[in-house]
Amino acid sequence: MRDDKEGPFSHSLTNLHRGHAAATRGLSRRAMLRNVGATGLSLAVSPALADELVKLPFASGPRERPVTHAFPQKGDMILQRVRPPLLETPMEVFDRGVFTPNEQFYVRWHWAEIPNSVDVNTFRLAVRGHVDRTLSLSIPDMIGDLPRVELAAVNQCSGNSRGLFAPRVPGAQWGHGAMGNAKWTGVRLKDVLDRAGIKAGAVQVRFRGLDEPVVPEAPTFRKSLAIDHARDGEVMIAYAMNGEQLPLLNGFPLRLIVPGWYSTYWVKMLSDIEVLDKVDDNYWMAVAYTIPDTPHASIAPGQTGVKMVPINRMVPRSFFTNIADGASFAAGTRVPVRGIAFGGDAGVAKVEVSSDGGKSWQPTRLGDDFGKYGFRQWQTDLALADKGDHALMVRCTNSSGEVQPDTPNWNTSGFMLNVIETVQVKAV
Amino acid sequence: MLKRLFVIGGFGSVLLSSTPARVQDLPTIKSTTVELPAGDALFPGGASADAINNNCLACHSPDMVLNQPPLPKATWEAEVHKMINTYKAPINEADVPAIVSYLMKTKGKD
Repeated sequence: MRDDKEGPFSHSLTNLHRGHAAATRGLSRRAMLRNVGATGLSLAVSPALADELVKLPFASGPRERPVTHAFPQKGDMILQRVRPPLLETPMEVFDRGVFTPNEQFYVRWHWAEIPNSVDVNTFRLAVRGHVDRTLSLSIPDMIGDLPRVELAAVNQCSGNSRGLFAPRVPGAQWGHGAMGNAKWTGVRLKDVLDRAGIKAGAVQVRFRGLDEPVVPEAPTFRKSLAIDHARDGEVMIAYAMNGEQLPLLNGFPLRLIVPGWYSTYWVKMLSDIEVLDKVDDNYWMAVAYTIPDTPHASIAPGQTGVKMVPINRMVPRSFFTNIADGASFAAGTRVPVRGIAFGGDAGVAKVEVSSDGGKSWQPTRLGDDFGKYGFRQWQTDLALADKGDHALMVRCTNSSGEVQPDTPNWNTSGFMLNVIETVQVKAV
Repeated sequence: MLKRLFVIGGFGSVLLSSTPARVQDLPTIKSTTVELPAGDALFPGGASADAINNNCLACHSPDMVLNQPPLPKATWEAEVHKMINTYKAPINEADVPAIVSYLMKTKGKD
Protein backbone atom coordinates (compact mmCIF):
# COMPACT_ATOMS: atom_id res chain seq x y z
CA MET A 1 0.00 0.00 0.00
CA ARG A 2 2.71 2.44 0.89
CA ASP A 3 4.31 4.19 -2.02
CA ASP A 4 8.02 4.17 -1.44
CA LYS A 5 8.64 6.48 -4.32
CA GLU A 6 7.30 9.43 -2.34
CA GLY A 7 10.11 11.90 -1.92
CA PRO A 8 10.89 14.18 0.99
CA PHE A 9 9.04 17.05 -0.60
CA SER A 10 5.75 15.21 -0.57
CA HIS A 11 6.43 14.20 3.02
CA SER A 12 6.56 17.86 3.96
CA LEU A 13 3.32 18.51 2.17
CA THR A 14 1.74 15.64 3.98
CA ASN A 15 2.73 17.00 7.34
CA LEU A 16 1.41 20.40 6.46
CA HIS A 17 -1.85 18.84 5.39
CA ARG A 18 -2.12 16.81 8.56
CA GLY A 19 -1.42 19.81 10.68
CA HIS A 20 -4.10 22.09 9.49
CA ALA A 21 -6.79 19.79 8.22
CA ALA A 22 -7.16 18.48 11.72
CA ALA A 23 -10.75 17.40 11.57
CA THR A 24 -10.99 16.16 8.06
CA ARG A 25 -13.02 13.09 7.55
CA GLY A 26 -11.79 9.62 6.99
CA LEU A 27 -10.87 9.66 3.36
CA SER A 28 -8.01 12.06 3.74
CA ARG A 29 -6.55 9.91 6.47
CA ARG A 30 -6.73 6.91 4.23
CA ALA A 31 -5.19 8.85 1.38
CA MET A 32 -2.46 9.84 3.75
CA LEU A 33 -1.48 6.25 4.24
CA ARG A 34 0.42 6.39 1.04
CA ASN A 35 2.68 9.20 2.01
CA VAL A 36 3.09 9.46 5.72
CA GLY A 37 6.64 10.52 6.30
CA ALA A 38 9.13 11.80 8.79
CA THR A 39 10.54 15.25 8.69
CA GLY A 40 11.15 15.88 12.35
CA LEU A 41 9.01 18.96 12.42
CA SER A 42 6.94 18.43 15.52
CA LEU A 43 7.34 17.32 19.11
CA ALA A 44 6.00 14.06 20.45
CA VAL A 45 3.40 15.91 22.49
CA SER A 46 2.13 19.12 21.04
CA PRO A 47 2.40 21.92 23.62
CA ALA A 48 -1.16 22.94 22.83
CA LEU A 49 -2.38 19.62 24.19
CA ALA A 50 -0.45 19.73 27.46
CA ASP A 51 -1.61 22.32 29.97
CA GLU A 52 -0.47 20.38 33.00
CA LEU A 53 0.63 16.88 33.88
CA VAL A 54 -1.05 14.27 36.04
CA LYS A 55 0.78 11.34 37.61
CA LEU A 56 -0.84 7.91 37.43
CA PRO A 57 -0.10 5.38 40.20
CA PHE A 58 1.87 2.85 38.13
CA ALA A 59 4.77 0.67 39.29
CA SER A 60 6.97 1.82 36.41
CA GLY A 61 7.08 4.78 34.10
CA PRO A 62 6.04 6.66 32.24
CA ARG A 63 3.54 7.75 34.86
CA GLU A 64 2.94 11.30 33.72
CA ARG A 65 0.24 12.23 31.24
CA PRO A 66 -0.86 15.61 29.90
CA VAL A 67 -4.19 16.99 31.00
CA THR A 68 -5.92 18.28 27.88
CA HIS A 69 -9.00 20.26 27.00
CA ALA A 70 -8.24 20.20 23.28
CA PHE A 71 -10.98 17.72 22.40
CA PRO A 72 -14.43 18.79 21.20
CA GLN A 73 -17.29 18.72 23.72
CA LYS A 74 -14.77 17.69 26.39
CA GLY A 75 -13.36 19.43 29.43
CA ASP A 76 -10.14 18.49 31.23
CA MET A 77 -9.19 14.92 30.38
CA ILE A 78 -6.09 12.79 30.90
CA LEU A 79 -4.53 12.37 27.46
CA GLN A 80 -3.55 8.77 26.77
CA ARG A 81 -3.54 9.01 22.98
CA VAL A 82 -4.42 11.82 20.57
CA ARG A 83 -5.37 9.70 17.54
CA PRO A 84 -7.56 7.76 17.67
CA PRO A 85 -8.55 9.38 20.96
CA LEU A 86 -8.03 7.72 24.31
CA LEU A 87 -9.10 10.17 27.02
CA GLU A 88 -9.26 9.22 30.70
CA THR A 89 -11.50 10.74 33.35
CA PRO A 90 -9.53 12.32 36.23
CA MET A 91 -10.28 10.60 39.58
CA GLU A 92 -11.52 13.80 41.24
CA VAL A 93 -14.50 13.84 38.88
CA PHE A 94 -15.80 10.72 40.61
CA ASP A 95 -15.74 12.54 43.96
CA ARG A 96 -18.35 15.05 42.78
CA GLY A 97 -21.26 12.67 42.34
CA VAL A 98 -22.37 9.36 40.92
CA PHE A 99 -23.14 10.70 37.45
CA THR A 100 -20.07 11.40 35.37
CA PRO A 101 -20.52 14.63 33.39
CA ASN A 102 -20.58 14.15 29.63
CA GLU A 103 -17.72 16.59 29.15
CA GLN A 104 -15.47 14.47 31.35
CA PHE A 105 -16.73 11.01 30.40
CA TYR A 106 -13.84 8.86 29.17
CA VAL A 107 -13.28 8.23 25.47
CA ARG A 108 -11.92 5.16 23.71
CA TRP A 109 -11.77 4.49 19.96
CA HIS A 110 -10.10 1.61 18.12
CA TRP A 111 -9.86 3.01 14.60
CA ALA A 112 -8.88 6.49 13.47
CA GLU A 113 -11.56 6.87 10.79
CA ILE A 114 -14.10 8.60 13.02
CA PRO A 115 -16.67 10.77 11.22
CA ASN A 116 -16.32 14.28 12.60
CA SER A 117 -19.79 15.23 11.40
CA VAL A 118 -23.17 13.53 11.76
CA ASP A 119 -26.30 14.94 10.13
CA VAL A 120 -29.29 13.81 12.17
CA ASN A 121 -31.61 14.39 9.22
CA THR A 122 -29.89 11.86 7.01
CA PHE A 123 -28.50 9.44 9.61
CA ARG A 124 -30.14 5.99 9.50
CA LEU A 125 -29.81 2.91 11.67
CA ALA A 126 -30.11 -0.29 9.62
CA VAL A 127 -31.67 -3.45 11.06
CA ARG A 128 -31.17 -6.41 8.78
CA GLY A 129 -30.06 -10.01 8.47
CA HIS A 130 -32.16 -12.87 9.83
CA VAL A 131 -35.31 -10.73 10.14
CA ASP A 132 -38.74 -10.53 8.51
CA ARG A 133 -38.38 -6.86 7.54
CA THR A 134 -35.25 -4.82 6.99
CA LEU A 135 -35.51 -1.46 8.76
CA SER A 136 -33.91 1.89 8.16
CA LEU A 137 -34.63 4.02 11.22
CA SER A 138 -34.12 7.76 11.47
CA ILE A 139 -33.46 9.58 14.73
CA PRO A 140 -37.05 10.98 14.73
CA ASP A 141 -38.32 7.40 14.19
CA MET A 142 -36.40 6.27 17.23
CA ILE A 143 -37.59 9.12 19.42
CA GLY A 144 -41.16 9.36 18.20
CA ASP A 145 -42.28 5.83 17.44
CA LEU A 146 -40.77 3.65 20.14
CA PRO A 147 -41.25 3.69 23.93
CA ARG A 148 -38.66 5.78 25.73
CA VAL A 149 -36.69 4.18 28.56
CA GLU A 150 -34.08 5.49 31.00
CA LEU A 151 -31.41 3.63 32.88
CA ALA A 152 -28.40 4.56 35.00
CA ALA A 153 -25.47 2.33 34.09
CA VAL A 154 -21.70 2.19 34.42
CA ASN A 155 -19.71 2.04 31.21
CA GLN A 156 -16.25 0.61 31.90
CA CYS A 157 -13.48 -0.32 29.49
CA SER A 158 -12.41 -3.97 29.65
CA GLY A 159 -8.88 -2.68 30.22
CA ASN A 160 -9.67 -0.10 32.89
CA SER A 161 -6.74 0.03 35.36
CA ARG A 162 -4.48 -1.90 32.94
CA GLY A 163 -1.51 0.24 33.99
CA LEU A 164 -1.68 -1.41 37.41
CA PHE A 165 -1.17 -4.94 36.11
CA ALA A 166 1.93 -6.68 37.46
CA PRO A 167 3.79 -7.69 35.42
CA ARG A 168 2.72 -4.91 33.10
CA VAL A 169 1.12 -5.68 29.74
CA PRO A 170 0.89 -3.71 26.48
CA GLY A 171 -2.25 -1.76 25.61
CA ALA A 172 -3.78 1.53 26.66
CA GLN A 173 -2.13 2.29 29.99
CA TRP A 174 -5.25 3.39 31.84
CA GLY A 175 -5.40 4.35 35.48
CA HIS A 176 -8.85 3.90 37.03
CA GLY A 177 -10.56 6.51 34.87
CA ALA A 178 -11.66 4.42 31.88
CA MET A 179 -15.12 4.25 33.42
CA GLY A 180 -18.12 6.46 33.94
CA ASN A 181 -21.75 6.35 34.99
CA ALA A 182 -24.53 8.07 33.10
CA LYS A 183 -28.28 8.16 32.87
CA TRP A 184 -28.97 6.78 29.41
CA THR A 185 -32.18 7.62 27.57
CA GLY A 186 -33.34 5.80 24.48
CA VAL A 187 -35.26 2.75 23.34
CA ARG A 188 -35.13 -0.93 24.13
CA LEU A 189 -33.18 -2.98 21.62
CA LYS A 190 -35.94 -5.57 22.02
CA ASP A 191 -38.53 -3.12 20.68
CA VAL A 192 -36.38 -2.40 17.62
CA LEU A 193 -35.79 -6.10 16.97
CA ASP A 194 -39.48 -6.89 17.41
CA ARG A 195 -40.34 -4.27 14.83
CA ALA A 196 -38.04 -6.01 12.34
CA GLY A 197 -39.32 -9.44 13.37
CA ILE A 198 -36.68 -12.01 14.28
CA LYS A 199 -36.81 -15.19 12.27
CA ALA A 200 -36.63 -18.61 13.87
CA GLY A 201 -33.06 -19.82 14.16
CA ALA A 202 -31.54 -16.44 15.08
CA VAL A 203 -28.46 -16.95 17.27
CA GLN A 204 -26.76 -13.60 17.79
CA VAL A 205 -27.17 -9.92 17.01
CA ARG A 206 -24.15 -8.08 15.63
CA PHE A 207 -23.53 -4.34 15.94
CA ARG A 208 -21.28 -1.89 14.18
CA GLY A 209 -20.82 1.86 14.12
CA LEU A 210 -19.67 4.50 11.65
CA ASP A 211 -15.98 4.27 12.57
CA GLU A 212 -13.68 2.46 10.18
CA PRO A 213 -10.09 1.28 10.07
CA VAL A 214 -7.56 3.47 8.28
CA VAL A 215 -6.49 0.43 6.28
CA PRO A 216 -9.60 -0.85 4.48
CA GLU A 217 -8.44 -4.49 4.75
CA ALA A 218 -8.27 -4.31 8.55
CA PRO A 219 -11.12 -5.84 10.56
CA THR A 220 -14.03 -3.43 11.05
CA PHE A 221 -15.02 -3.13 14.70
CA ARG A 222 -18.11 -5.28 15.26
CA LYS A 223 -19.51 -6.85 18.42
CA SER A 224 -22.25 -9.41 19.00
CA LEU A 225 -24.62 -10.41 21.75
CA ALA A 226 -26.57 -13.64 22.14
CA ILE A 227 -30.13 -13.29 20.85
CA ASP A 228 -31.68 -13.77 24.31
CA HIS A 229 -29.38 -11.13 25.77
CA ALA A 230 -30.23 -8.72 22.97
CA ARG A 231 -33.94 -9.27 23.66
CA ASP A 232 -33.78 -9.07 27.47
CA GLY A 233 -35.48 -5.67 27.60
CA GLU A 234 -32.49 -4.07 29.36
CA VAL A 235 -30.09 -3.69 26.46
CA MET A 236 -30.96 -0.37 24.88
CA ILE A 237 -30.05 2.11 22.18
CA ALA A 238 -29.35 5.50 23.74
CA TYR A 239 -29.87 8.85 22.05
CA ALA A 240 -29.28 10.85 25.23
CA MET A 241 -26.74 10.73 28.02
CA ASN A 242 -27.34 12.59 31.28
CA GLY A 243 -30.21 14.43 29.58
CA GLU A 244 -28.21 15.69 26.60
CA GLN A 245 -27.39 14.32 23.20
CA LEU A 246 -24.20 12.24 23.32
CA PRO A 247 -20.86 13.98 22.75
CA LEU A 248 -19.59 12.89 19.35
CA LEU A 249 -16.63 11.15 20.93
CA ASN A 250 -18.96 9.13 23.17
CA GLY A 251 -20.87 7.80 20.17
CA PHE A 252 -23.26 10.47 18.84
CA PRO A 253 -25.96 10.04 17.69
CA LEU A 254 -26.74 6.49 18.95
CA ARG A 255 -24.92 4.16 21.28
CA LEU A 256 -25.68 0.60 22.33
CA ILE A 257 -26.06 0.29 26.12
CA VAL A 258 -25.35 -3.15 27.57
CA PRO A 259 -25.96 -2.80 31.32
CA GLY A 260 -23.55 -4.76 33.49
CA TRP A 261 -21.26 -5.71 30.61
CA TYR A 262 -17.91 -4.24 29.60
CA SER A 263 -17.86 -1.27 27.27
CA THR A 264 -16.47 -3.18 24.31
CA TYR A 265 -20.10 -4.15 23.60
CA TRP A 266 -21.41 -0.58 23.91
CA VAL A 267 -20.95 0.17 20.21
CA LYS A 268 -20.62 3.90 19.49
CA MET A 269 -22.18 5.73 16.50
CA LEU A 270 -24.35 2.64 16.15
CA SER A 271 -25.39 2.40 12.50
CA ASP A 272 -25.96 -1.27 11.74
CA ILE A 273 -27.72 -4.12 13.54
CA GLU A 274 -27.46 -7.52 11.92
CA VAL A 275 -29.33 -10.56 13.20
CA LEU A 276 -27.18 -13.66 12.67
CA ASP A 277 -28.20 -17.29 12.30
CA LYS A 278 -24.77 -18.49 13.40
CA VAL A 279 -22.18 -17.52 15.98
CA ASP A 280 -20.16 -14.45 15.02
CA ASP A 281 -16.56 -15.44 14.30
CA ASN A 282 -15.29 -11.95 13.43
CA TYR A 283 -11.92 -10.96 14.92
CA TRP A 284 -13.40 -8.64 17.56
CA MET A 285 -15.43 -11.50 19.06
CA ALA A 286 -13.29 -14.56 18.38
CA VAL A 287 -9.81 -13.20 19.13
CA ALA A 288 -9.81 -9.69 20.54
CA TYR A 289 -11.52 -9.05 23.86
CA THR A 290 -11.33 -12.67 24.92
CA ILE A 291 -10.44 -13.70 28.48
CA PRO A 292 -9.19 -16.89 30.11
CA ASP A 293 -12.15 -19.04 31.14
CA THR A 294 -10.83 -19.17 34.71
CA PRO A 295 -11.87 -17.60 38.05
CA HIS A 296 -11.36 -13.80 37.80
CA ALA A 297 -10.13 -14.38 34.22
CA SER A 298 -6.78 -14.92 35.88
CA ILE A 299 -3.76 -16.94 34.78
CA ALA A 300 -0.10 -17.04 35.76
CA PRO A 301 2.23 -14.96 33.56
CA GLY A 302 3.52 -17.26 30.84
CA GLN A 303 0.71 -19.77 31.24
CA THR A 304 -0.58 -21.03 27.88
CA GLY A 305 -3.15 -23.45 26.54
CA VAL A 306 -6.01 -21.81 28.42
CA LYS A 307 -9.52 -21.84 26.99
CA MET A 308 -10.50 -18.31 25.99
CA VAL A 309 -14.03 -16.88 25.89
CA PRO A 310 -15.42 -13.46 24.92
CA ILE A 311 -15.24 -10.99 27.80
CA ASN A 312 -18.71 -10.46 29.23
CA ARG A 313 -20.20 -9.30 32.53
CA MET A 314 -18.50 -6.80 34.83
CA VAL A 315 -17.37 -7.55 38.37
CA PRO A 316 -17.64 -5.41 41.51
CA ARG A 317 -15.24 -2.54 42.19
CA SER A 318 -14.86 0.30 44.68
CA PHE A 319 -12.61 3.32 44.99
CA PHE A 320 -11.61 6.09 47.37
CA THR A 321 -12.31 9.43 45.72
CA ASN A 322 -11.39 11.94 48.43
CA ILE A 323 -7.96 10.67 49.43
CA ALA A 324 -4.96 9.56 47.44
CA ASP A 325 -1.71 7.77 48.18
CA GLY A 326 0.61 9.77 50.42
CA ALA A 327 -2.08 11.81 52.21
CA SER A 328 -1.35 12.59 55.85
CA PHE A 329 -3.71 13.18 58.77
CA ALA A 330 -3.40 14.14 62.43
CA ALA A 331 -3.16 10.99 64.53
CA GLY A 332 -6.15 10.45 66.79
CA THR A 333 -8.65 12.35 64.68
CA ARG A 334 -11.39 10.82 62.62
CA VAL A 335 -10.75 10.97 58.90
CA PRO A 336 -13.76 11.28 56.59
CA VAL A 337 -13.43 8.87 53.68
CA ARG A 338 -15.74 8.46 50.72
CA GLY A 339 -15.85 7.09 47.25
CA ILE A 340 -17.82 5.20 44.67
CA ALA A 341 -18.60 1.56 44.08
CA PHE A 342 -20.45 -0.53 41.55
CA GLY A 343 -21.54 -4.13 41.60
CA GLY A 344 -20.75 -5.08 38.00
CA ASP A 345 -23.74 -6.98 36.66
CA ALA A 346 -25.55 -6.75 40.02
CA GLY A 347 -26.31 -4.05 42.57
CA VAL A 348 -24.06 -2.93 45.41
CA ALA A 349 -24.96 -4.87 48.57
CA LYS A 350 -22.31 -3.34 50.82
CA VAL A 351 -19.07 -1.41 50.83
CA GLU A 352 -16.60 -1.88 53.68
CA VAL A 353 -13.35 -0.17 54.60
CA SER A 354 -10.28 -1.24 56.53
CA SER A 355 -7.59 0.86 58.19
CA ASP A 356 -5.38 -2.05 59.22
CA GLY A 357 -4.42 -3.48 55.87
CA GLY A 358 -7.46 -5.73 55.60
CA LYS A 359 -7.37 -7.48 58.99
CA SER A 360 -10.66 -5.93 60.07
CA TRP A 361 -13.44 -4.26 58.10
CA GLN A 362 -16.11 -1.74 59.01
CA PRO A 363 -19.31 -0.90 57.15
CA THR A 364 -19.93 2.33 55.26
CA ARG A 365 -23.11 4.26 54.54
CA LEU A 366 -24.36 4.02 50.99
CA GLY A 367 -25.78 6.98 49.06
CA ASP A 368 -28.88 7.07 46.88
CA ASP A 369 -29.59 4.05 44.73
CA PHE A 370 -30.27 5.03 41.11
CA GLY A 371 -30.48 1.46 39.89
CA LYS A 372 -28.37 -1.64 40.21
CA TYR A 373 -26.11 -0.93 37.24
CA GLY A 374 -24.94 2.51 38.34
CA PHE A 375 -22.31 3.94 40.65
CA ARG A 376 -23.20 4.13 44.32
CA GLN A 377 -21.49 6.58 46.65
CA TRP A 378 -20.26 5.37 50.02
CA GLN A 379 -18.87 7.23 53.01
CA THR A 380 -17.75 6.82 56.59
CA ASP A 381 -14.93 7.98 58.81
CA LEU A 382 -11.90 6.15 60.08
CA ALA A 383 -9.90 6.57 63.26
CA LEU A 384 -6.15 6.59 62.74
CA ALA A 385 -5.07 6.31 66.38
CA ASP A 386 -1.39 5.47 65.98
CA LYS A 387 1.19 7.65 64.32
CA GLY A 388 2.78 6.10 61.28
CA ASP A 389 1.78 4.48 58.01
CA HIS A 390 -1.68 3.06 57.46
CA ALA A 391 -3.03 1.07 54.53
CA LEU A 392 -6.64 2.06 53.88
CA MET A 393 -8.65 -0.41 51.85
CA VAL A 394 -12.14 -0.48 50.37
CA ARG A 395 -14.09 -3.44 49.07
CA CYS A 396 -17.49 -3.92 47.48
CA THR A 397 -19.77 -6.93 47.75
CA ASN A 398 -22.48 -7.08 45.12
CA SER A 399 -26.04 -8.27 45.53
CA SER A 400 -25.10 -11.67 44.09
CA GLY A 401 -22.66 -12.09 47.00
CA GLU A 402 -19.57 -11.58 44.86
CA VAL A 403 -16.78 -9.67 46.63
CA GLN A 404 -13.63 -8.05 45.28
CA PRO A 405 -10.58 -10.34 45.58
CA ASP A 406 -7.67 -9.47 47.89
CA THR A 407 -5.07 -10.56 45.35
CA PRO A 408 -4.87 -9.03 41.87
CA ASN A 409 -5.94 -11.06 38.86
CA TRP A 410 -3.64 -11.18 35.82
CA ASN A 411 -4.06 -11.94 32.12
CA THR A 412 -2.13 -11.02 28.98
CA SER A 413 -4.66 -8.43 27.81
CA GLY A 414 -4.92 -6.53 31.08
CA PHE A 415 -8.66 -7.07 31.43
CA MET A 416 -11.04 -7.09 34.40
CA LEU A 417 -8.79 -5.88 37.21
CA ASN A 418 -10.92 -5.66 40.34
CA VAL A 419 -8.58 -6.29 43.27
CA ILE A 420 -9.41 -4.44 46.52
CA GLU A 421 -7.95 -0.93 46.25
CA THR A 422 -5.48 0.32 48.85
CA VAL A 423 -4.26 3.83 49.59
CA GLN A 424 -1.22 4.41 51.78
CA VAL A 425 -1.66 7.29 54.21
CA LYS A 426 0.29 8.62 57.17
CA ALA A 427 -0.93 9.65 60.62
CA VAL A 428 1.34 12.34 62.10
CA MET B 1 -35.69 7.32 57.49
CA LEU B 2 -32.21 7.01 58.88
CA LYS B 3 -30.85 6.33 55.44
CA ARG B 4 -32.59 9.42 54.08
CA LEU B 5 -30.88 11.56 56.70
CA PHE B 6 -27.49 10.27 55.66
CA VAL B 7 -28.34 10.88 52.08
CA ILE B 8 -29.28 14.49 52.67
CA GLY B 9 -26.29 15.09 54.88
CA GLY B 10 -23.71 13.42 52.75
CA PHE B 11 -24.82 13.21 49.19
CA GLY B 12 -27.90 15.31 48.55
CA SER B 13 -26.38 18.29 46.87
CA VAL B 14 -24.37 16.51 44.22
CA LEU B 15 -26.80 14.01 42.83
CA LEU B 16 -29.45 14.31 40.19
CA SER B 17 -33.12 13.87 40.89
CA SER B 18 -33.84 10.66 42.73
CA THR B 19 -36.87 10.00 40.51
CA PRO B 20 -35.23 8.56 37.42
CA ALA B 21 -38.50 7.01 36.27
CA ARG B 22 -39.95 10.44 35.57
CA VAL B 23 -39.71 11.10 31.88
CA GLN B 24 -38.20 14.50 31.32
CA ASP B 25 -38.31 16.63 28.24
CA LEU B 26 -35.78 15.46 25.74
CA PRO B 27 -33.15 17.80 24.45
CA THR B 28 -33.35 18.39 20.72
CA ILE B 29 -30.91 16.09 18.95
CA LYS B 30 -28.93 18.39 16.67
CA SER B 31 -26.56 17.65 13.81
CA THR B 32 -23.01 17.93 15.05
CA THR B 33 -19.67 18.72 13.47
CA VAL B 34 -16.49 18.79 15.50
CA GLU B 35 -12.81 19.24 14.87
CA LEU B 36 -10.48 16.61 16.28
CA PRO B 37 -6.85 17.35 17.15
CA ALA B 38 -4.61 16.18 14.31
CA GLY B 39 -2.37 13.95 16.38
CA ASP B 40 0.42 14.63 13.93
CA ALA B 41 3.39 14.51 16.28
CA LEU B 42 6.43 12.39 15.39
CA PHE B 43 8.47 9.95 17.41
CA PRO B 44 11.53 11.71 18.81
CA GLY B 45 15.05 10.50 18.06
CA GLY B 46 15.92 11.88 14.64
CA ALA B 47 17.21 9.32 12.16
CA SER B 48 16.80 6.43 14.59
CA ALA B 49 13.05 7.09 14.49
CA ASP B 50 12.75 7.18 10.70
CA ALA B 51 11.48 3.62 10.38
CA ILE B 52 8.84 3.96 13.08
CA ASN B 53 7.82 7.40 11.82
CA ASN B 54 7.50 6.13 8.25
CA ASN B 55 5.47 3.05 9.09
CA CYS B 56 3.47 3.52 12.26
CA LEU B 57 1.79 6.93 12.22
CA ALA B 58 -1.01 6.38 9.74
CA CYS B 59 -3.14 4.51 12.25
CA HIS B 60 -2.15 6.08 15.58
CA SER B 61 -0.22 8.93 17.12
CA PRO B 62 3.14 8.19 18.81
CA ASP B 63 1.84 8.70 22.36
CA MET B 64 0.24 5.23 22.23
CA VAL B 65 3.74 3.77 22.08
CA LEU B 66 5.53 6.35 24.22
CA ASN B 67 3.08 5.74 27.08
CA GLN B 68 3.84 2.01 27.18
CA PRO B 69 5.91 0.60 30.05
CA PRO B 70 9.25 -1.09 29.36
CA LEU B 71 8.45 -4.42 27.68
CA PRO B 72 10.57 -7.42 26.62
CA LYS B 73 11.78 -7.76 23.03
CA ALA B 74 9.47 -10.70 22.36
CA THR B 75 6.49 -8.56 23.37
CA TRP B 76 7.53 -5.71 21.06
CA GLU B 77 8.10 -8.11 18.16
CA ALA B 78 4.67 -9.59 18.77
CA GLU B 79 3.11 -6.12 18.82
CA VAL B 80 4.70 -5.14 15.51
CA HIS B 81 3.60 -8.38 13.86
CA LYS B 82 0.08 -8.00 15.27
CA MET B 83 -0.06 -4.61 13.59
CA ILE B 84 1.08 -6.16 10.29
CA ASN B 85 -0.83 -9.44 10.29
CA THR B 86 -4.03 -8.61 12.17
CA TYR B 87 -4.47 -4.90 11.69
CA LYS B 88 -3.01 -4.93 8.16
CA ALA B 89 -0.63 -2.07 8.78
CA PRO B 90 1.29 -1.42 5.55
CA ILE B 91 4.68 -1.81 7.19
CA ASN B 92 7.70 -2.66 5.07
CA GLU B 93 9.05 -5.98 6.31
CA ALA B 94 12.56 -4.59 5.76
CA ASP B 95 11.81 -1.85 8.30
CA VAL B 96 10.71 -4.23 11.07
CA PRO B 97 14.18 -4.69 12.63
CA ALA B 98 14.67 -0.92 12.80
CA ILE B 99 11.23 -0.44 14.36
CA VAL B 100 11.87 -3.13 16.97
CA SER B 101 15.30 -1.67 17.62
CA TYR B 102 13.77 1.75 18.27
CA LEU B 103 11.15 0.23 20.57
CA MET B 104 13.81 -1.67 22.51
CA LYS B 105 15.98 1.43 22.82
CA THR B 106 13.15 3.60 24.11
CA LYS B 107 10.80 1.06 25.71
CA GLY B 108 12.84 -2.10 26.12
CA LYS B 109 13.19 -4.38 29.08
CA ASP B 110 15.39 -7.44 29.53
